[in-house]
Amino acid sequence: MSDLVSDNLNMVFNVSTGGTVHALKDVSFTLKQGELLSVLGPSGCGKTTLLNIIAGFIRPTGGKLELGGEEIDGPGVNRGMVFQQGALFEWLTVAENVAFGLEIKKTDPDVINKKVEEWLEIVGLAGFGHVPTYQLSGGMQQRIALARCLINDPDLILMDEPLGALDALTREKMQSLVLKIWKETGKTIMIITHSVEEALLLGERLFVMAPRPGRLHKEYRLPFAEQGLTQDLRDVKATEEFGETREEILTMIWNMEEEIMGQV
Amino acid sequence: MSGYSGFIVGFLFIALIIACICATIYGRKLIRTEKTDAVFGNPTKALGGWHWVVTGVSFILLSWFYFSWDAARAFNPKSANELCQIAKLDYAVNPIRTVFPIDDNYLRGTRLLQREEAQLAGLEGNIDSLGLNDDKKAYALLIIESMRDAMTSLASAENLDAATTQKLAGIEERINTLTDNMADAAFPGAPTAKQIELAENQGHWGDPLNEIPLHPASPRGYKFDAAAKEMRSIARDFGRIRNTNAAFLAQIEEQKSRLKTFNQLTESATGLSDNEISERKDFSKTLTRVLRRIDDGLVFPPTALTGIEAALIALDKEQRNQQGAVSLYASLMMPGGSIDAGASNCSEQGSGRWLPKPSDTIATLARISDPDIGYKGFPLLWYKMKPVSEMIGFIVPDFIVSLVPGEFPRHDESGLTTGNFKTSVYNFATGNFDLFSVPVPAGHVWDSLLRVLAGLFFGIILGVPLGLFMGLSRFCKGFFDPLIELYRPVPPLAWAPLILTIFGINDDGKIFLLFMVAFAIMVISARTGATGTALSKIHAAHSLGASNRQILRRVILPNSLPEILTGIRIAIGVCWGTLVAAEMLAGTTGIGFVENVARKQSDYEIIWTTIIILGLLGLIFDLIMRWVINKVIPWRGKG
Ligand SMILES: Nc1ncnc2c1ncn2[C@@H]1O[C@H](COP(=O)(O)OP(=O)(O)OP(=O)(O)O)[C@@H](O)[C@H]1O
Ligand SMILES: [Mg+2]
Repeated sequence: MSDLVSDNLNMVFNVSTGGTVHALKDVSFTLKQGELLSVLGPSGCGKTTLLNIIAGFIRPTGGKLELGGEEIDGPGVNRGMVFQQGALFEWLTVAENVAFGLEIKKTDPDVINKKVEEWLEIVGLAGFGHVPTYQLSGGMQQRIALARCLINDPDLILMDEPLGALDALTREKMQSLVLKIWKETGKTIMIITHSVEEALLLGERLFVMAPRPGRLHKEYRLPFAEQGLTQDLRDVKATEEFGETREEILTMIWNMEEEIMGQV
Repeated sequence: MSGYSGFIVGFLFIALIIACICATIYGRKLIRTEKTDAVFGNPTKALGGWHWVVTGVSFILLSWFYFSWDAARAFNPKSANELCQIAKLDYAVNPIRTVFPIDDNYLRGTRLLQREEAQLAGLEGNIDSLGLNDDKKAYALLIIESMRDAMTSLASAENLDAATTQKLAGIEERINTLTDNMADAAFPGAPTAKQIELAENQGHWGDPLNEIPLHPASPRGYKFDAAAKEMRSIARDFGRIRNTNAAFLAQIEEQKSRLKTFNQLTESATGLSDNEISERKDFSKTLTRVLRRIDDGLVFPPTALTGIEAALIALDKEQRNQQGAVSLYASLMMPGGSIDAGASNCSEQGSGRWLPKPSDTIATLARISDPDIGYKGFPLLWYKMKPVSEMIGFIVPDFIVSLVPGEFPRHDESGLTTGNFKTSVYNFATGNFDLFSVPVPAGHVWDSLLRVLAGLFFGIILGVPLGLFMGLSRFCKGFFDPLIELYRPVPPLAWAPLILTIFGINDDGKIFLLFMVAFAIMVISARTGATGTALSKIHAAHSLGASNRQILRRVILPNSLPEILTGIRIAIGVCWGTLVAAEMLAGTTGIGFVENVARKQSDYEIIWTTIIILGLLGLIFDLIMRWVINKVIPWRGKG
């Protein structure tokens, strides 16, 4: 079992002007394999920092972080990352982008071709393999980033506001896609978002974080992701329970933001 | 040949005018109809279009044809010869004209009198520093005053000699006769057989050896040539007329003896300071000079020359009249200059002189492009056969000979030496054996090209990796930055004398100099490229399992390509600039060398030829780079 276990994680940045920023304080949680977690919180509460630590891009200043019993030390293929803005390699074509991870592993070219076709099919971009990525729309680029990450078969998928830059319609399609992939692959997924609705839909579990210092404020267990697998997303959103939860969380975040404003 | 090329130039000139107008009209039409041009600042607008290229190129060529007078030579090859005759008259009349306020503000006599009076006034003001006692001072003042008297006596009409008056009237009459002759259609009569022969055998305008044919060849030419001849004689006679008379000459003699007396006074005086002695010497020297100038007799009474002046003005008017259409043609088609006559030749002055005509320049380029002619015994761009053995000898290091066991053979009792294995190896390593030859490029252009490419090549293969590492590692940046920042700001040419002394004035030194130039540029551009890589891309590659080396090769390098290619483009330009200057400094081949030699010989055509070659090479390089950039980094600006 490759569970993600975080134990009293702390992150303190030294700022160039002198002084420190306590970005994460005593963050502890366990994420079981196959769980879908969404993280919500006001701007600057340390969400990206947390994700970067899990991905291994930065080292925490205190605490322990384990994936499948092994301490996380630097980036690794068992954790895939999808960035807010694709971060695609624009000198490569769509297919070459998707194949990047496999090429690194020196996989057999035939296998690569087959898998790339499969994944392009899944994300709905079959036939776009030879197109240069800079010619694609934002939504398409995001789907390629997803395919590029998933083709590597990571245990844990980390997404930092992956759908932030998309329009409402594309966004909804992508949300269904994420749910579909979650169900079909049974991967552990951790998704950061600014949208409360998205957090409710794409979270079996939901962390709400609070700023200054960044910490876990409240945790929810939600039924909507399960429902979204079988129902239309709009129907899920229309249920009374969804509405109530959304209002509750909105008020909570609103209050936090008020508090920050008050402090300044 | 000359007439033929004139025809081509004329044809080109008109074709270019038509091309320029048509392309401009077409371009204007596109602007009105094309959507992209509706939006100000739309970059696609700047993509250009062949029609504007045609307009620009034909405009430049037209300007060149026009300002270098090539068009004039093509359309009216005889005009220069006629203008030459006109210039001869101008040249002939010049000595008289300078006497009068025609090109000048004052009559010559007025100017002379003003100058001498200023000198005298200066001496008068300075008289106290001579250390003279009252008697002597009065004497000195007397000399100055009598000098004034002599000048006045010249300026007075009463004193003018009757013989001189007569001579002046004779000159006036001759000029007037000449003016009448100029107006006469029959003057100077039919050309003689000798004149016709000279005219026919003198070649054309622009022939290599005589720039402009000297002998008249047209009715107008004969007229001006004859007039110039007569004018030269008039001018000579006028120049001999001196305004003197008996009273004046006596005055001059008296002055001379007074000056002598003054000098003796100075010599016999005792107890003078050094300063006083030198002041006194200056005083008498200045007076002697003034005296000598007055003695020339060039000052006439103010109204004595008015007749000649009027005659000259009338002549000038008439000769302008006789120039007719030629002068209009000259001012329209030969801008920024004129044709001047000297004592024995005519020449172009102004842009026609220093801006060689396109046809001549192309002809020169064609001539020195011939590998048998070349420049200074070396072709511009050709090939030569080079034995392969020599190349092998160059590549194979000589030390392998010493690795072969055994000794070199010694001569035997009969004095002969038999080769052994070791000598064979030695011959091989030094290229001393027979094998076929292969053609390799050679020539001035090739030499320059090779130097630039070699310098660039080493600059790129060493500079790019270093630049990338400097962009990635704090150590590399800190370690190499001072080294590079210390030598980079020095203008490359400032290094040239040092580098050329150390590495020699041939290829080695120049290639090393260019390497230094390209290296710094490549390091900086590669470093900028590397530091400009988005962190998210590197993160993405990391979490896809890429190692540091893979990230360097697959992410940072391609991401830096736009900067690197821009760097190469800049480096090419700077390298050419440095190379040409370095070749001018020292060396025996290369385009810069050609230009430098041509400069020393004032060979404008060769200079322009080298400029054209350099321009074309630069253009070709830039087109290649643009093509490479489009092929290699089509994503640039769209990431
Ligand atoms: N490299 C760094 N150096 C110093 N301070 C940092 C650094 N990275 C983040 N911080 C600080 O840590 C805090 C958390 O930043 P983080 O980027 O994790 O916020 P976030 O929750 O992702 O915000 P957003 O929702 O706006 O993306 C912020 O106050 C930020 O200023
Ligand atoms: Mg963030």
